[in-house]
Amino acid sequence: MATVTYDHVTKRFDTVLAVNDFNLEISDKEFLVLVGPSGCGKSTALRLLAGLEEITEGKIYIGDRLVNHVPAKDRDIAMVFQSYALYPHMSVHDNMAFGLTLRKVPKEEIGRRVREAAQVLGIEDLLKRKPRQLSGGQRQRVALGRAIVRDPAAFLLDEPLSNLDAKLRVQTRAELSKLHQRLGTTFIYVTHDQVEAMTMATRIAVMKDGLLQQVGAPQELYDRPSNVFVAGFIGSPAMNFFQARVKGQREEMHLDIDSFQVPVPASWVDDLLPYAGKEVIFGMRPENICDPDCQPPSTDAAPVTAMVDVTEVMGSEVFLHLMADGKPFMARVDPRTKARPGQEIRVEFDMARMHVFASETEEAIGLREMR
Amino acid sequence: MARRNPSTTAVAASSPFTLALQTARRLAGRMPLHLALIGLMVLWSIPTIALLVSSFREATAIASSGWWNAIKNPFALTVENYQTVLEKQGMARAFFNSVIITVPSTALVILVAAWAAYAFAWMRFPARNLLFLLMVALLVVPVQMTLIPVLRLYTDLTVDAQLPILGGRVFGTSSYVGIWLAHTAYGLPFAIYLLRNFFGSLPRDLFESAYLDGASDLRVFFRIVLPLSMPAISALAIFQFLWVWNDLLVALILLGDPDLAPMTLKISNLVSSFGTNYQVLTSAAFISMALPLVIFFALQRYFVQGILAGAVKG
Repeated sequence: MATVTYDHVTKRFDTVLAVNDFNLEISDKEFLVLVGPSGCGKSTALRLLAGLEEITEGKIYIGDRLVNHVPAKDRDIAMVFQSYALYPHMSVHDNMAFGLTLRKVPKEEIGRRVREAAQVLGIEDLLKRKPRQLSGGQRQRVALGRAIVRDPAAFLLDEPLSNLDAKLRVQTRAELSKLHQRLGTTFIYVTHDQVEAMTMATRIAVMKDGLLQQVGAPQELYDRPSNVFVAGFIGSPAMNFFQARVKGQREEMHLDIDSFQVPVPASWVDDLLPYAGKEVIFGMRPENICDPDCQPPSTDAAPVTAMVDVTEVMGSEVFLHLMADGKPFMARVDPRTKARPGQEIRVEFDMARMHVFASETEEAIGLREMR
Repeated sequence: MARRNPSTTAVAASSPFTLALQTARRLAGRMPLHLALIGLMVLWSIPTIALLVSSFREATAIASSGWWNAIKNPFALTVENYQTVLEKQGMARAFFNSVIITVPSTALVILVAAWAAYAFAWMRFPARNLLFLLMVALLVVPVQMTLIPVLRLYTDLTVDAQLPILGGRVFGTSSYVGIWLAHTAYGLPFAIYLLRNFFGSLPRDLFESAYLDGASDLRVFFRIVLPLSMPAISALAIFQFLWVWNDLLVALILLGDPDLAPMTLKISNLVSSFGTNYQVLTSAAFISMALPLVIFFALQRYFVQGILAGAVKG
């Protein structure tokens, strides 16, 4: 069993609060991704678990064992660093065997474990080489191999794909997911890339300024973000946000966004009644805005007229950068669209998939299942 | 007519002749610089070559003609001067003394400085930064200012017993141990500064990875830090070796016993007694240069690498 528990964990560096009252339970065999912008505390949270930083307040458990004062080498975890941290003067074999050698594991056992790990990762031919003779992807595999031979209770990975080119990153993401399934061990993965988080995680923990914003499965975070930050961070391109005022009563309820208005679906009325006459933040993902000329609109479609500023052709879709009376927003539309820069276009907002957040707290209003 | 592809047209234009012309132009552009550098090298080497040639000439030849005349009559060259210096003037013993003084002084500095530099770079302890600052501040203290206090201290602490095998006293003035410690102390500030900067430039991830693998500070030092620090350590070894090998002042003050005198001291005495006998002096000088030249050429590729890594990344 390798559950990991953060219990009111805080880490302070002089006056800077890097991790603030962090509470999280990670199940055995889970692939949990800590995601957030630079400086949000995700790497610090990982390093606290690894034992590379001292906890200021709170407790960390690995299984049932409190590990606050347990040295890093005794926590039964293995870490893969962003820079791989391979020992440049040692061969690949010696890099992978180093930890086992220090633990006085018998030589035959070391040889067996290194061979097995090398086979899993496809690096059997590289065992005699030095790290400088390897490509970035190969070094990354060696770093993984060094962790695998330890047979730890949990793998900690600190942005291991950051140094790879885009194509290799996509390939390696899939390989990491397969590796996780094959090893059946807890993976705790840190990244700033929400695409990595969405594609690999069983659960995602979003952090900002040392605080945990939301934890949940990727689809849950996508469909039901609990606040503006999570809504804007998860999903690419990012969600469009508009300052809106709730106007009208019941059947006439609509969101007034200065230059345009959108009707509130009946299912939302009760949630928004307390905010009648008040400012709220209206969110709409680009993929929920369509060009009705090439895609049938949804049943709760709200038309909006806007000027096309820029078009980005992706092949499978087109990103439209639009302006509605000085308010910029993006739409992800069918590639058959005839929209061109400088043209006025009518797009449709799928109001069944709208998101609304309180202006003051930025917390989500009326979280619901997305059908 | 098909339109020409600009990229294939550009490739076809670089014929061997054009490439050769471009290379020739580039070399010609650098010719004045190369000529100037070669000229300077030759100019600076002339006195040394002159001394070397003179060391193989007889006294009468040196007195009667310039050194360049030796080229006309190479069979007149002789190794007698070297024989005289080594056998009759005690230069062989002085060479041995120089080695005995220099090698342990160099090794001690590297050992102590490496430990200290690792602690300053990667370990946390109270007043770490203050201690390092004090260590660096010692760099500005002239050696000459410390000689009298050190001499007084050594005189008070002299242990008169003879050191077996090597000779000299066990400690104090006229002792190998005393001069080893003196040279080590004089060399430590720079050595610690250089190595601390180099160790500090090693990636933190390497250390953390080693700690996670189960390595103690001792293991990390010997298995990770030292192997990766060979350029800096080699540079330090060259510096310290040359500094101690060429030292006259410290040996003059702390080594009273003529049997323990290194080559610098011996040559200085030869100047007093054989002031105009250039054949003796030049051969003595070249004997003293031999080993440092070997050391330097053996480790020279680490020299610049080590200095830059220690200085620039600091």
